[in-house]
Amino acid sequence: MSENILHVENITMQFGGVVAVNNLTLDVGKGEIVALIGPNGAGKTTAFNVITGVYEPTNGRVDFQGQMMLQNHPTGKMAKAYKGENMGMYKHTMVKSPDAIAKLGIARTFQNIRLFSELTVLDNVLIAMHMRAKQNIFSATFRLNYKEEQRMRRAAMELLEIQNLQHLKDDIAGSLPYGIQRRLEIARALATEPKLLLLDEPAAGMNPQETQELTDFIVQIKDQYDLSIFMIEHHMDLVMQISDQIYVLDFGRLIAQGTPEEVSNDPRVIEAYLGVSEDAED
Amino acid sequence: MNPKVKWSIAAVLILLLLGGLYMLEQILPANSIIFTVLQKGAIYSLIAVSLNLLNGFTGLFSLGQAGFMLIGAYTYAVLTIPPESRAAVYQYYDGGIIDFALPVPVAMILAGVAAGICAFLIGLPVLRMKGDYLAIATLGFAEIIRAIVQYDKLGPITNGSNLLRSFPVFHSTLFPFIVSGICIAVICLLINSSYGRAFKAIRDDEIAAEAMGINLFMHKEMALVTSAFFAGIGGALLAMFQMMVQARAFTSAMTYEILLIVVIGGIGSVTGSVIASFLFIASSEWWLRFLDEAQFIGGMQVPFLRPGFRMVVFSVIIMFVVLFYRKGIMGTKEFSIEGIYRFFTKGRSKAGKGAK
Repeated sequence: MSENILHVENITMQFGGVVAVNNLTLDVGKGEIVALIGPNGAGKTTAFNVITGVYEPTNGRVDFQGQMMLQNHPTGKMAKAYKGENMGMYKHTMVKSPDAIAKLGIARTFQNIRLFSELTVLDNVLIAMHMRAKQNIFSATFRLNYKEEQRMRRAAMELLEIQNLQHLKDDIAGSLPYGIQRRLEIARALATEPKLLLLDEPAAGMNPQETQELTDFIVQIKDQYDLSIFMIEHHMDLVMQISDQIYVLDFGRLIAQGTPEEVSNDPRVIEAYLGVSEDAED
Repeated sequence: MNPKVKWSIAAVLILLLLGGLYMLEQILPANSIIFTVLQKGAIYSLIAVSLNLLNGFTGLFSLGQAGFMLIGAYTYAVLTIPPESRAAVYQYYDGGIIDFALPVPVAMILAGVAAGICAFLIGLPVLRMKGDYLAIATLGFAEIIRAIVQYDKLGPITNGSNLLRSFPVFHSTLFPFIVSGICIAVICLLINSSYGRAFKAIRDDEIAAEAMGINLFMHKEMALVTSAFFAGIGGALLAMFQMMVQARAFTSAMTYEILLIVVIGGIGSVTGSVIASFLFIASSEWWLRFLDEAQFIGGMQVPFLRPGFRMVVFSVIIMFVVLFYRKGIMGTKEFSIEGIYRFFTKGRSKAGKGAK
C-alpha cells in the first residue's frame, strides 16, 4: 500500500446539538485520486472545512504527510453536549489556521466559487503565490523584489496557459462565465504549490462535454504536479472514471468505502445515494 | 504605451505642477485663499489616501485616523519646538522636560513611526473584529488617545490641554505638495505590489484569501500600521499648516471629514481621494463660505444665509453624492496618463472608422 499523504482519524464535527460529521476516518494515498460522495447535507463540505482549518473539529485528529496536523477533543460545554464517539481518546489540542494549512501544502477550491471577483485573472493567480514568495513589505514596495516578481508573473502565466486562460489575464474574474471561473479557481489553487488538492464539486454546473474535459484535466495535473487529489463530486461518470478510492458519506457517517466497482455494487450506497434504477427492478 | 514615454510624461507633468505653484506664489499675495486651499488640500489628500488604503484596499472599516494624526502632530510638535521657546510654550509646566529640538525631516519620520507603533498596539486587540465592530473600536481608541494626550500628568511632555506652538512651519505651498506627493507615491507602490494584491484579496474574500495562505491578522496589521504611519506624517503636516496643535481639534468629526473625502472620491481609488480632497477643502473653505454671511441682492437680504448655513448645504450635497453617485467620483478606477491616452486614441480610431 502506498504511503498516505492525508490521514483523517475519528473526526467528529458537532455544531451545538447537530452532528455534521460523525466519526469519519479516511485516508488519501500519495498520488491517488480519492472521491468523497454522498447525498446533499451528508457533511462532505464540512469534512473539507475541518481538513482545511476553517472549522476546528470537535473530536479526532488529522495527519498530513505523516505528521499530526490537527487534533481536538470536546471541552467545556461541548464535553457535556458531545454526542459522538471516541470521547476521551484524544488528549491534545492542536489547531491550525487555514493559512498555516495552506502553507503546509493543502490547497482547495470552493463549492460556491470564491474568486477575488474584483481583481483580474492574473492577480487572482499571483495572490496565491504571495505566501511562498521571498520578499517582505519593504522590498515589495520599493521593487527590490523585481526578479521574484518577474518569476511569479512567469509562473502565473504558465498556469493560465495550461488552463488555456492566458488571453483572459486582464479580465475581471467576476465577469467571466461560470465554467471559466471554475477553471481559474483550480489554477489559483495550483499556484499555492500544493501537495494535496481538495476539489469541492469541481464539475458542478458543467455540461457532459465540459465534465469530460475536466476529468482529463484532473488526471493531467495530478501527474504533472505530482499531486494527490481529494474531491467531492456528484457527477458519477467523473468519479467512477478516475477515482482510486471512494468514500460514501450519509448523515455524517461513512457508510461505504472502496474501489469504484465495490462502491457501485454496495447495496447501502445504492439505497442511500445512487438510487435503484427503474429498469433494474423489472 | 511605452513605459518610458509614460514616465517621462508623468515627470514633465509633476515639474509643470510644481513650477506652476512656484509661479503662483510669486504672483499672488501670500495670504490668498488659494494657498490655504492648496496646502490643506494636499495635506488632506495624503490623509485620505492613507485611510483609503485601509477602507478601500484592505476592506477594514476603520475610523481611527484622527487619533493617528493627533499622535503624528504632537510627536512632531513636541520634538521640534526650539529649547529657547519651550519656557513660553510650557508656561504651566515649568518649560516641560524635553530640552532639545530635532531637525524637521527626522521629527516628521518619527511622527509617522510613533503613530505606526500606536496603531500596531491598537491593532492587536481590535483587528480580531470585523465590519461595524472594528469601526466602533477604532473610533473609541481615537477618542482615548485624545483624552490621554490631554491628561494633566503628561503635561511636561504634551502641555496638557494647552496648545503647542513655536515649532518650525513651512512657508511655501511646495512643501506639503512634495511631502504628500512622495508619501502618496509610496502608498501607490505598496498597493501595486504583491502585498497590495494580498490586501485586495482580503477585501474581496477573507475566506478565500486565508485558503490561499494569506495570514489575515498579519496583513491587516501591516495595512493598519502603514496607514497610521502616513496619517502621522499627515498630522505633522497639518500641525505645520495650522502653526499650532491642540488635541481638542482632532475629534471624530475630523475622521468623518476624511471618510467623506474617501467616499466622495471613490472607495478604492487613490486619484479619486486626491481630487475629492481638493474639492472638499475648496468648497468648505472657499466656495461655500458666502453661505455663512448675510448676502444682499438689490437691497433685499437673501433668506436663510447666516453662520452655519454652509453646513446645511454641505450636508445636502453629500446626501446627493451618496444617493446618486454611490461609487464616488472615480469609483475604483484610477485617473492615469494611459487612460487619457486611450481615451483620445479610441476617439480618433472611432472617428477614423466613421470616415471610412
